[in-house]
Amino acid sequence: MTTPLQVTTARLRVPVTDRDHVRGPADAPVTVVEYGDFQCRFCGAAYPNLAEVRRQRADVVRLVYRHFPITNVHPHAENAAETAEAAGARGRFWEMHDWLYEHQDQLDPVHLSLGVEQIGLSPDEIDAEVGRQAYADRVRQDFVGGIRSGVNGTPTLFVNDIRHDGGYDLAELLAVVDAVAPT
Amino acid sequence: MSDPNGLITPGQTAPGFTLPASPDAREVGPGQFRGRPVVLAFYPADWTPVCSDQMALYQAALPELERYDAVLLGISVDSVDSHRAFAQSRGIRFPLLADFEPKGEVSRRYGAYAPRGQSDRALVVIDPDGRVAWSHLSPPEVNPGVDGILDALEQLGTDRRVSAR
Repeated sequence: MTTPLQVTTARLRVPVTDRDHVRGPADAPVTVVEYGDFQCRFCGAAYPNLAEVRRQRADVVRLVYRHFPITNVHPHAENAAETAEAAGARGRFWEMHDWLYEHQDQLDPVHLSLGVEQIGLSPDEIDAEVGRQAYADRVRQDFVGGIRSGVNGTPTLFVNDIRHDGGYDLAELLAVVDAVAPT
Repeated sequence: MSDPNGLITPGQTAPGFTLPASPDAREVGPGQFRGRPVVLAFYPADWTPVCSDQMALYQAALPELERYDAVLLGISVDSVDSHRAFAQSRGIRFPLLADFEPKGEVSRRYGAYAPRGQSDRALVVIDPDGRVAWSHLSPPEVNPGVDGILDALEQLGTDRRVSAR
């Protein structure tokens, strides 16, 4: 008897709530949840495509971002994620998120502080909070929710709670969104 | 094409073994951890593509497995030298076992050896008494993630609490 190969369709187990970082209309019919790592180059490659999907489907799509830093491979990913949370506590999560993905080769502490300054926040304040790991639990909660939902690498997207197992180029992302959007 | 006898199934006694493991080639096997759940992660080869790499993910997820007191062992037919370099490059600190000589012998005993000459991408959770509690075979190109392992460990904890009453 041979063992059948097992492939399951992973589903998002942690529903989107007020604690999430959400971009786009609250009543959007399509919710894309991204589990990402700011130092992952594949996430960096997906970033402009996701932005373009939001632009082209502005009334249809909302984007949720959750942290999935793989710190043993990406040494700056955890600090970047916690810095984004510190910015989020000041209502600037998405500005920081965008800066991080637009400066993926500048995530070392010195450049990160410059990034914080560029989005108009105090690097000293944010460094201090990140330094005492004020947002470590928040990032960990995202990560654990991700692995329980079947996140197996980054980026992983869930489109209306179903894991998207394909690629991240614009045409494919638009097709996936359009496939679940009500006509 | 997988092992004609198929991957080991729940309820069977997990075959005992030790293999040389990274980083220092000491002999490691599940029998050394009796009383704790042991997760065996058979995988085809070191040096598979980055970012969605299964073993790097498992290192990141290890604290969650440890909440269930579980031990994680990676197994492939690569040598200890390859394992050591691979582990170093991905920050992997759990043991990677070298099923290298005789090649694939342990993988075969678990029904997790493919005729192409590599281990299957297969997961086996062994309960604290040394019996298989859960097993899962993935296509070689699919990273199975951690959710199945965590579900199995959670179930194991529930079953044991129930039987202890």
